Amino acid sequence: MSMTRQFSTFYLDDLFFGIEVEKVQEVIRYQEMTRVPLASRVVEGLINLRGQIVTAVDLRQRLRLRDREAGELPMNVVVRTDDGALSLLVDEIGDVLEIDDKTFEQPPETISGVARDLIRGVYKLRDQLLLVLDTERAVQLDGNESDNGN
Amino acid sequence: MAELEGMDEVVREFLVESYENLDQLDRDLVALEKSPDSADRLASVFRTIHTIKGTCGFLSFGKLESVAHVGENLLSRLRDGRLTLNAEITSALLSMVDAVRRMLSDIEGTGSDGDHDYAELIERLNLLQEVLTPPADRATAEPASGTAQVDDEPEDEEPSEATAATDAEAEVEHPAAEIDVESFETPLEMQARSADSGRVATETIETKAFAGEDVAEAKATPPAAGAAPAASATDTGESRSSNVADTTIRVDVGLLDKLMNLVGELVLARNQILQFTATQSDTAFIATTQRLNLITTELQEGVMKTRMQPIGNIWSKFPRVVRDVALTCGKQVRVEMEGRETELDKTIIEAIKDPLTHVVRNAVDHGVESPERRVAAGKPAEGRLFMRAFHEGGQVNIEISDDGAGIDPEKLKQKALQRGLVNPDQLARLSDREALSLIFLPGFSTAEKVTNVSGRGVGMDVVKTNIEKIGGTVDIHSKVGHGTTLKIKIPLTLAIIPALVVTSGGERYAIPQVSLLELVRLEGEQARRSIENIHGAPVYRLRGNLLPLAYLGRELGSDDTAKVTQGETVNIVVLQADDRQFGLVVESILDTEEIVVKPLGKQLKGIATFAGATIMGDGRVALILDVLGLAQRAGVVSEVRDRSIAEKAHHATDGGHERQTLLLLGMGDAGRFAIPLSMVARLEEFPDDSVERSAEQEVVQYRGQILPLLRLSRVLRAAAEADPAASDGDSLQVVVYTEQGKSVGLVVDRILDIVEDALDIQRSIGRDGLLGSAVIQQRVTDLLDVHGIIERAIPSFFAQAEAA
Repeated sequence: MSMTRQFSTFYLDDLFFGIEVEKVQEVIRYQEMTRVPLASRVVEGLINLRGQIVTAVDLRQRLRLRDREAGELPMNVVVRTDDGALSLLVDEIGDVLEIDDKTFEQPPETISGVARDLIRGVYKLRDQLLLVLDTERAVQLDGNESDNGN
Repeated sequence: MAELEGMDEVVREFLVESYENLDQLDRDLVALEKSPDSADRLASVFRTIHTIKGTCGFLSFGKLESVAHVGENLLSRLRDGRLTLNAEITSALLSMVDAVRRMLSDIEGTGSDGDHDYAELIERLNLLQEVLTPPADRATAEPASGTAQVDDEPEDEEPSEATAATDAEAEVEHPAAEIDVESFETPLEMQARSADSGRVATETIETKAFAGEDVAEAKATPPAAGAAPAASATDTGESRSSNVADTTIRVDVGLLDKLMNLVGELVLARNQILQFTATQSDTAFIATTQRLNLITTELQEGVMKTRMQPIGNIWSKFPRVVRDVALTCGKQVRVEMEGRETELDKTIIEAIKDPLTHVVRNAVDHGVESPERRVAAGKPAEGRLFMRAFHEGGQVNIEISDDGAGIDPEKLKQKALQRGLVNPDQLARLSDREALSLIFLPGFSTAEKVTNVSGRGVGMDVVKTNIEKIGGTVDIHSKVGHGTTLKIKIPLTLAIIPALVVTSGGERYAIPQVSLLELVRLEGEQARRSIENIHGAPVYRLRGNLLPLAYLGRELGSDDTAKVTQGETVNIVVLQADDRQFGLVVESILDTEEIVVKPLGKQLKGIATFAGATIMGDGRVALILDVLGLAQRAGVVSEVRDRSIAEKAHHATDGGHERQTLLLLGMGDAGRFAIPLSMVARLEEFPDDSVERSAEQEVVQYRGQILPLLRLSRVLRAAAEADPAASDGDSLQVVVYTEQGKSVGLVVDRILDIVEDALDIQRSIGRDGLLGSAVIQQRVTDLLDVHGIIERAIPSFFAQAEAA
């Protein structure tokens, strides 16, 4: 008897990520942003989500990936957190996938650095690997990691 | 289950109501002590205790009932005039009120009236009523009190009919609770009495009352008494409370908060539409937008009003606080209040409650002297604590003053030194005013002896911090021997504030208007020259004082200094941070706007430079600058502190020359002239053709009066031998000088500047119309003898003024 879960998926650089669908409030296209000086580099800016001010965290920065190519506009995956809504900036949005629990595996030991903290596990899909993002940790910027990016 | 819930509801209502009643009780008792003969107040106090006693009996809170019962007995004696209220009885009654309050909070927390032992208090209250009543007398006391009550009744009713719900409900209780005292009376008699006072007895309501459907009904039902009077009381209660219910309802604060948020959203949407409308030409659309604009503004005001509460709500407990503190310290203090109806947002009211209480206690404990010392100092034995609240410029001002000993700056300095808060070097340079603000330093307590009233380590610094937390300011003024005044300024509301919008690095930032002092715009040559550097720290001379500058762009990490300073204009926003001023150089200044303050997410909370964010008219987000945080980041606050102290010290030793604020005037080639600003009533500009002549004198009509004009250039021409300077064509610059209701206008060529300087008259030239010369702003400036000039030109001016 196997269980399935739904994941909202997205792409970052050449990586394929998923977030449990119930944690995602909505997905919206690129929004104009207000830069926040003095903030961690991970914070890309503030967006106006129907009158609510939402902090946008660039997942590329957060995961220490390469910067996005100039002219490429990120998409917003708005997730619910204890502290209200928060937007994760990603490259491209994928489908919502229903995935069998059996294909899950812990992240291999060889993953290092910040990715080790933020990737909860891997689902082995037929043609690629889906990395499960730990959203709670991803939006926590008070640790040392965020400062290094500064 | 349903019944139990109904019961909880009853208890909750009982608590809410009793708390309100207790506050009233505190006020009444303190007022009573001053005028012990006020029958109305006594009756009001009696009724309140009555209500509580009756209800808690019904709700089976036995302990609470027994305390209320002895209190009521004592009160009934007072009411019948067989005892006179004195301080001892008042204290006992107040302790009773405290005990009741404590039990109420126990009920709130645990559902029962707690397990404290109040036997001692009951004994004390019992003893008090026996002091003046011999036991023999007591036997007849009960029936006597019964008749007294019947006589009193119509008198009692009158005020309650006209006043609020609490009174009406207390009144409902009256006959029901009386049954305890007068149980020997027959039900028939009672019914007759009820009918007498215009009440209709209806038996049917009884069942409804027991179902607990209405609180008033439930309360009105005595546990074991005749149903008829109870029912009749219920009946009256219903008809009366419905009148009150017609005009007021209780609303959950959570709902109001939600409404407030929604209105905030609406304001934003409105701003966006307004901005969009600016690009439209459809008149119907524009008209609709205008309507939307007006309605939104009114709605915003309306919703904000629902959250407003009069400051009297928190002030009302101060007479009691003052009384208690005064009694403990053996002082006499009278409280006076002005502006209790001044309204403030509920959240702010709550935020200032504790700081204000602290200030009041402090004022009584440390401020007001003991009666002996007051009399010795030639003051009335009774001290005066004056509280005043009023609206001013979108802010609420609260002043708390006492007429006590005042604060001796020297003592403060010694104390600060003892506690190691400042070093002797710093101390020597402190002015008296700065010494006074030492009181706000953490760890400071001036009490020479630590009493249990204040001086418990919670000092004025906490007051200051709490007030500043809600965007307010605290200021202290004191005169030794005359008293101390604490001035608090707080915003009306926190949710929507006026702000100045500026730009830096292409982004907009909002600066709360509260911190804004003035805007300075430098253009062209001025822009390049007037910003100077002191060892890398940029400064600007603002009316002769050095204003430290911070560049917004630089503080925010993008170096746009070059851009800002190389350009043709420099915009300086002069801000107040703590008690210091500094100038913030920004790229451009846009506008002032009402903004809705939104908090930042926790990822950004750590940045002290920002106080929050808001959504602008175009839908984009702008950050709100935290002025104090920004000042600290830029280092202007701490840096300036030392320098400005040094500056003041320097001025203080400046040969004792008084510092004056001067108005600088230009007079053609005759040079620069100065008039003390204190002599200037107004600066006006009149068109040339408005000048008329009356009795050989040039005059203009000014504010319904005839203002004589004196052309200074002519007055001075003979002396200065300069050409009569031509006025610039079509208007006259006039300095209006007013003395004792009479004014004269001095026509000058140009008004140059206002400076503050130590007036050091270096050369007395003894010329008519001049007092001498001084160097002001590195230039020799002549000081005008205004008095002399006017006297010579219009000899009658001062004579008439003196006569008038």
